[in-house]
Amino acid sequence: MLELKGVSKSYGQTVALRATDLAIEPGKTTVLIGPSGCGKSTILRLMIGLIRPDTGTVYIGGDELTAENALQVRRRLGYVIQEGGLFPHLTSSANVSLMSTHLRRPKQQVEDRIRELAELVQLPMDTLDRYPAQLSGGQRQRVSLMRALMLDPDVLLLDEPLGALDPMIRAGLQEDLKPIFQTLKKTVVMVTHDIGEAGFFADTIVLMREGRIVQCGTLDDLVKRSVEQFVTDFINAQRTLIQALEGSSG
Amino acid sequence: MRVLALAAGVFLALAGCSRQADVSVGSKAFTESVILGEIATHLAEDAGYSVEHINFPGTRLAWNALIAGDIDVYPDYTGTIIQETLFSENLKTDAEVNAALAAHGIRMSRPLGFENAYAIGMREKLAEQLGIRTISDLKRHPGLRLGFSSAFMERDDGWKPLRERYALPHQDVTGLEHALAYQALDSDSIQVTDLYLTDAERMLYDLRVLEDDLRYFPNYDAVWLYREDLETRAPEFVAALKSLEGKISESEMIAMNARTQIDKVAETKVAADFLAEELRVESEVIEETLAQRVWRYTLDHVFLVGWSLLAAILVSLPLGVLAARSSSAGQVILGIAGVIQTIPAIALLVVLISPLNELGFRGIGTPPALVALFLYSLLPIVRNTHAGLKDVSPQLVESASALGLSPWARLRLVELPIAARTILAGIKTAAVINVGFATLGGFIGAGGYGEPIFAGIRRADYSLILEGAIPAAALAILVQLTFELVERSVVPKGLRLKAEG
Repeated sequence: MLELKGVSKSYGQTVALRATDLAIEPGKTTVLIGPSGCGKSTILRLMIGLIRPDTGTVYIGGDELTAENALQVRRRLGYVIQEGGLFPHLTSSANVSLMSTHLRRPKQQVEDRIRELAELVQLPMDTLDRYPAQLSGGQRQRVSLMRALMLDPDVLLLDEPLGALDPMIRAGLQEDLKPIFQTLKKTVVMVTHDIGEAGFFADTIVLMREGRIVQCGTLDDLVKRSVEQFVTDFINAQRTLIQALEGSSG
Repeated sequence: MRVLALAAGVFLALAGCSRQADVSVGSKAFTESVILGEIATHLAEDAGYSVEHINFPGTRLAWNALIAGDIDVYPDYTGTIIQETLFSENLKTDAEVNAALAAHGIRMSRPLGFENAYAIGMREKLAEQLGIRTISDLKRHPGLRLGFSSAFMERDDGWKPLRERYALPHQDVTGLEHALAYQALDSDSIQVTDLYLTDAERMLYDLRVLEDDLRYFPNYDAVWLYREDLETRAPEFVAALKSLEGKISESEMIAMNARTQIDKVAETKVAADFLAEELRVESEVIEETLAQRVWRYTLDHVFLVGWSLLAAILVSLPLGVLAARSSSAGQVILGIAGVIQTIPAIALLVVLISPLNELGFRGIGTPPALVALFLYSLLPIVRNTHAGLKDVSPQLVESASALGLSPWARLRLVELPIAARTILAGIKTAAVINVGFATLGGFIGAGGYGEPIFAGIRRADYSLILEGAIPAAALAILVQLTFELVERSVVPKGLRLKAEG
């Protein structure tokens, strides 16, 4: 479905991504994880053609991604970013239908699709007439997801979709999102820095560090069969905090 | 398509101000020249020609317009022609002057009778006190405050060579509007100034003219300068102009200047009365009511502001977008727009005459006013469009790209609407500034509120100044309010919510 072959990217002296091969399994959820600046968001932006690789090739459904076909290819991909990236001058439904309207899809079809998606992401219909400034953070991410799903893309790319939400809302949305991904059977690529979130969503976790992939596998693989000390350190860094607290209270 | 139609409209607006009258008379914008221009205007009407009369803020503009054929005749002085207009040709005799003028297709009448030489003057009382009779006497009083008209400060036969000839030591020398010089003398903020021999204020303020003991100032005989082709196009008019040769004495001219300057009688009426008495020529002086006048100024003013602003929007928006897209283009575009803003209006108007003529438009009147206002409106709109687009957050631009919108669709559907408030603020700034700047239309015969304002300054008639200034201020406020209404419909509701919340 989605494949990177020998893809690298630098900004001036800074290497964002070393020459990397990565094949994303269709119909499954792949989570890219790692510390800040490890290159996980760069991979996502390369996949949707927002940036061009210095070397190597990105393949989408077998086709090579080029500057020429980028616009067409993007319509087969849905993209959600941290703060939602909703357009403040448009209502929620106008945000969702912007591209369909631009492509002159029939009005009825567009409305039906919006209703269907609102149900899917559990967003009340009256919220759709509001502007992003009038929505809560969680509602904004739901609208953003609707927008990404509007053209029924084959692939969903999510760049820290829950990163800006407070923990309670975040947990609630996590619970809602997982069944959605499972029902839709879409290829999902998600970026996060939270190992718990990765473990919750991922069929495959890709752990990255300083522009290269350290290990690919399930959470179980990473915990039990880590290929280097960094993997264990990374996982423990987030686990030990809770355990330390539990230890002190118990 | 709509953009094309608008552009065509702007072009037609320019083209629509091509010359309509048979005869076009020019004046320099001071009372005497305007009265002489009105005399010429009445004479042309009497000879059966349709005529227009345009006032220029300086000799250079009037001369350029005459050579370009934008006007046919204007009154000037022999000294000005020799010392300033054709200074580089170093002319001595009348024959040389006539030959030099002929090379430009211009003819000069014989003197009209009076001389309006420059002179240096001060208040009689102070001169008596200090014992100053001649210009040379000034040397003994280096502490005197000198104030000269801007024209005199700059002229090739003005202050600088005068100072050299007389070796004047004075340090405290300021430039000011000639019309304000007498009041400045009266309040003692200056003590010595340049004046014309026929100035009406000589009587009013009791001034002593200092003797030009080193014979610095040349003769300044008043003459008509007119285009050669006028003799075939309007022979009776030329004959009428020539009939005034030797007919206007210095005392008559002073009296006419005084009627306008001191009694506040309009130049056109003074000119008509003179002709009735001197040549038995009866001319019709059209008296407009205040409301009629203000309405006429308003139409002209709104015409200037509206079309120049429309053209500026059509040009600035794409330039602003280009500037936001490419930072190197941005630097060039914003740089040029900024430089244009610093060009003084008069310099711009002078520079515009010949390119406009090349393009087939008039170099005076409405076209240069429209072009100047258009140029001055560019910067605020370009700058705000650039800033507004640059302010759109990168996440939003990226989200729009990720949806698969083409750069053009992204600009139209996302970036411009989000930048709308800033862009509109730029247009509003341009419009309000434009209402003020459009008064410069009064400089070059484009009408508008500047017409009474400049006439009022010339005649020291404050009520006349207010006839232009009050409606101009009202229009600026109206424009401001209108834009606030427009903002409600143009700026998307979602963005206004954000600002409120």
